Amino acid sequence: MKILVPVKRVIDYNVKILLKADGTGVETANVKMSMNPFDEIAVEEAVRLKEAGKATEIVAVSVGPSGCQETLRTALAMGADRAILVQTDTETQPLAVAKILKALVDKEGPTLVILGKQAIDDDCNQTGQMLAALLGWGQGTFASDVALGDGSVTVIREIDGGLETVELKLPAIVTADLRLNEPRYASLPNIMKAKKKPLETVTPAALGVDVAPRLTTLKVVEPAKRKAGVKVPDVATLVDKLKNEARVI
Amino acid sequence: MTILILAEHDNAILKPATLNTVTAAAKIGGDIHVLVAGKGAQGVAEAASKIVGVSKVLLVDDAAYEHALAEPLAAFLVEIGRNYSHILAPATSVGKNVLPRVAALLDVAAVSDITGVVSEDIFERPIYAGNAIATVQSRDGVKVVTVRTTAFEAAGPGGSAPVETVSATGNPGLSSFVSAELSKSERPELTSARIVISGGRGMQSGDNFHLLEAIADKLGAAVGASRAAVDAGFVPNDYQVGQTGKIVAPELYIAVGISGAIQHLAGMKDSKVIVAINKDEEAAIFQVADYGLVTDLFKALPELAEAL
Ligand SMILES: Cc1cc2nc3c(=O)[nH]c(=O)nc-3n(C[C@H](O)[C@H](O)[C@H](O)COP(=O)(O)OP(=O)(O)OC[C@H]3O[C@@H](n4cnc5c(N)ncnc54)[C@H](O)[C@@H]3O)c2cc1C
Repeated sequence: MKILVPVKRVIDYNVKILLKADGTGVETANVKMSMNPFDEIAVEEAVRLKEAGKATEIVAVSVGPSGCQETLRTALAMGADRAILVQTDTETQPLAVAKILKALVDKEGPTLVILGKQAIDDDCNQTGQMLAALLGWGQGTFASDVALGDGSVTVIREIDGGLETVELKLPAIVTADLRLNEPRYASLPNIMKAKKKPLETVTPAALGVDVAPRLTTLKVVEPAKRKAGVKVPDVATLVDKLKNEARVI
Repeated sequence: MTILILAEHDNAILKPATLNTVTAAAKIGGDIHVLVAGKGAQGVAEAASKIVGVSKVLLVDDAAYEHALAEPLAAFLVEIGRNYSHILAPATSVGKNVLPRVAALLDVAAVSDITGVVSEDIFERPIYAGNAIATVQSRDGVKVVTVRTTAFEAAGPGGSAPVETVSATGNPGLSSFVSAELSKSERPELTSARIVISGGRGMQSGDNFHLLEAIADKLGAAVGASRAAVDAGFVPNDYQVGQTGKIVAPELYIAVGISGAIQHLAGMKDSKVIVAINKDEEAAIFQVADYGLVTDLFKALPELAEAL
């Protein structure tokens, strides 16, 4: 059984972002980039399924500029077997990425695609659901547990009211939530080994996918700033302020 | 121009998130239809028909929609959705699961988690955990949009829309509901509570959350948590506030033993008044707090419960 794991290169979650002065977006030049944290969880889950003997091959995929090779190498170091970079400098939005992934699924024939539930840059939370739609597969989104059965997969989902368990026919899509697992750090020997694992590069055009953005970003601005507050010396003062100044209790 | 809203409900009760979504739809303009898809959800449809501004309620009552599974629900929405200019849903776990699937089936973009409506096709939405606000324009025939409920007021009562029953489109049979483990609480729902008190890693254990609950009960507040508190097993996952948890914007948010990581701030920094209780005066949470109390929470919480 083959698992496909798409991974996105994003600004590292610890970096405080800077907006471009012209209001067109976020500065990415000379900024630390990493694999989207949810995608690390997705890779980890795939690797664990392989270690448990349930999967035979893990193919990592990334869509974006050449720098994504680094992200793919990380996935390979974590345990993916080979990687595909769909190289483009165009801004790829979730629908375009889903179409590219659909083309790759048609070619590779995986039984499971595990994605991160959202990317921490655009915060869209769409790609997995869109890919499931295009393939006509079931989707187990926001997963905190994945159990492979015979011809089906059981997924525990984190939902607003608690947890929900669904069963999906295979092949299926799973999107990883934070508590699915704790991703491993790649060891040095594995990082070295990853350099020799195959990494193939294709283009969206070769896959027959039009990646032109559907949404136009008109501007990107800073959110309204909160004004600085005060420190209160004790609980009594706090209660007094909440009652008589803020009038919220 | 007619807008279709996917109602949020549990087959018995219409969830308040639907009301905020109606307000977002009213800002876009045009007729507003509300779709209630469920099983035995007649009462929900009647509740939806009383929302001011709604001109029609569509009720599709079928076992396929009982648990809001994305596969049958999206298949249905695609059938009827083509006739609409916009399909909206609140950005809840149901809306976020279903609407992108609908968008892809319609071959249109989805716009997630909007916080502002500029025009019928221009929307504002937070990116990078709310550290930037993007204004985006959709030129697609149908705009598929999820709405951040805290950014829009709840629409009031006063409507009297007709309820029209529509037939189901069947279940593609890709998925099935097995079970749900829902947190039960007498307290208000986190996302619509007027006051929220949240605990972080500093709480040290699930038992210690009783200290927060005592205060919550006095204030009529909901209880939330940071990711660290959920990961440590102090409280269930549905307590998590943040970029990847729930977004809240109550009148009063009290953060206790929470350091103020950007991913947490993303979920609560639009609260009207923020209080932080933390023993580390350098904690980032104080940068967004209106009132900060630098002290040991195990001293402050009993005192606070006493003072209220
Ligand atoms: C992809 C991603 C998504 C994330 N999503 C979320 C999210 O949705 N929500 C979220 O909350 N986090 C999220 N996080 C995690 C986030 O980065 C932080 O790790 C987390 O918010 C920290 O939780 P905390 O403040 O409770 O714990 P800590 O950062 O450990 O802070 C504990 C605080 O408690 C204080 N404290 C300890 N003991 C006491 C005491 N006795 N009295 C008073 N104060 C005390 C300490 O001074 C400290 O400030 C996410 C992270 C990633 C990478």
